[in-house]
Amino acid sequence: MTDILEFARAQVLDRGVGLDEVAVLEILRLPDERIADALQLAHEVRMRWCGPEVEVEGIVSLKTGGCPEDCHFCSQSGLFSSPVRAVWLDIPSLVEAAKQTAATGATEFCIVAAVRGPDARLMAQMREGVQAIKEAVDINVAASLGMLTQEQVDELVEMGVHRYNHNLETCRTYFPNVVTTHSWEERWGTLKMVRDSGMEVCCGGILGLGETVEQRAEFAVQLAELDPHEVPLNFLNPRPGTPLEDQPVLDPKDALRAIAAFRLAMPRTIIRYAGGREITLGDLGTRDGLLGGVNAVIVGNYLTTLGRPATQDLELLAELKMPVKALSATL
Amino acid sequence: MSGFCGRCGRALSTEPAHVDCAAALELEPPRYCTQCGRRMKVQVVPTGWSATCVEHGALSS
Ligand code: SF4
Ligand SMILES: [Zn+2]
Ligand SMILES: [Zn+2]
Repeated sequence: MTDILEFARAQVLDRGVGLDEVAVLEILRLPDERIADALQLAHEVRMRWCGPEVEVEGIVSLKTGGCPEDCHFCSQSGLFSSPVRAVWLDIPSLVEAAKQTAATGATEFCIVAAVRGPDARLMAQMREGVQAIKEAVDINVAASLGMLTQEQVDELVEMGVHRYNHNLETCRTYFPNVVTTHSWEERWGTLKMVRDSGMEVCCGGILGLGETVEQRAEFAVQLAELDPHEVPLNFLNPRPGTPLEDQPVLDPKDALRAIAAFRLAMPRTIIRYAGGREITLGDLGTRDGLLGGVNAVIVGNYLTTLGRPATQDLELLAELKMPVKALSATL
Repeated sequence: MSGFCGRCGRALSTEPAHVDCAAALELEPPRYCTQCGRRMKVQVVPTGWSATCVEHGALSS
């Protein structure tokens, strides 16, 4: 029987073909002493098929809290007794956040709203906000506003939103355990519309929601099938008041196995370190991930929680000799 | 010393340590006013956060 890492080297590194579900599962089940080898291979795959550049992004919440949906990990659902209160960010503060994000060298600024999908008020805020950002700052604007109608997709394209984030969060078979107010298929439907519009698709999820390793492998290949431009990888940071508040944080070794496995499933995709990396992997985890297949980071704070300062990540990138991806000249 | 825990909102006198809460506050903004224990409106941005209590005004990082 061929060793899984040898097999992956031939298929993924040499030919650029992602692993299937059975092979991903084998990576997720590697013994501790082989994790370093898996990360090394994932790093080689990333360097060969994506290159050394790292895409840096900042995110901000335009509308926080009070969401009618029940995603069990989310402190912004209005259905749980979470301490997060509903609040809107004003346009000048939004522009200021975009400026500060650009000042770090980031090329992506993602505007996020805690909603099932946008209403007229949110679309109006987006229109005003995106225009104000474009007048003041050189940065790509992305958005994450929940499920969309075709008209809303078209409007976002017209505003100049270049990428849309909509996470599947977890695999299809586990999703009903995590969200009951909408379906995985509804999310998939929005993703298809976004894809067809020409906007870049950003779609990832959260690991450590209580899914099995088999389900983690299922998720990796479902994302590979969607073939998004970017996959943000979050690790559950259990939030007070949510149904998952007592869920243990993912074992750091399993987080590292997952990073390698997702890269080996998707050799050409931008894989971004998103929320929960600090609490799951500690300070060293960022380095391990960037040397294990990750080629993008969210810098600074998240939507409702804090990250480590952007400067720490940027200094690390300099030390690793990984250039920050520049804004494309076609912007 | 302030009277309420910024993370869980409980009175510090009844449960003085709040060690886990203090540790958690390194990676999240306070959600409760430390003077009155009310839930605050909190806005996180990439480089900081601000929190407002209806009674005691604004705090920020
Ligand atoms: S739809 Fe988004 S904001 Fe709303 S509960 Fe789910 S994850 Fe949270
Ligand atoms: Zn407390
Ligand atoms: Zn107060």
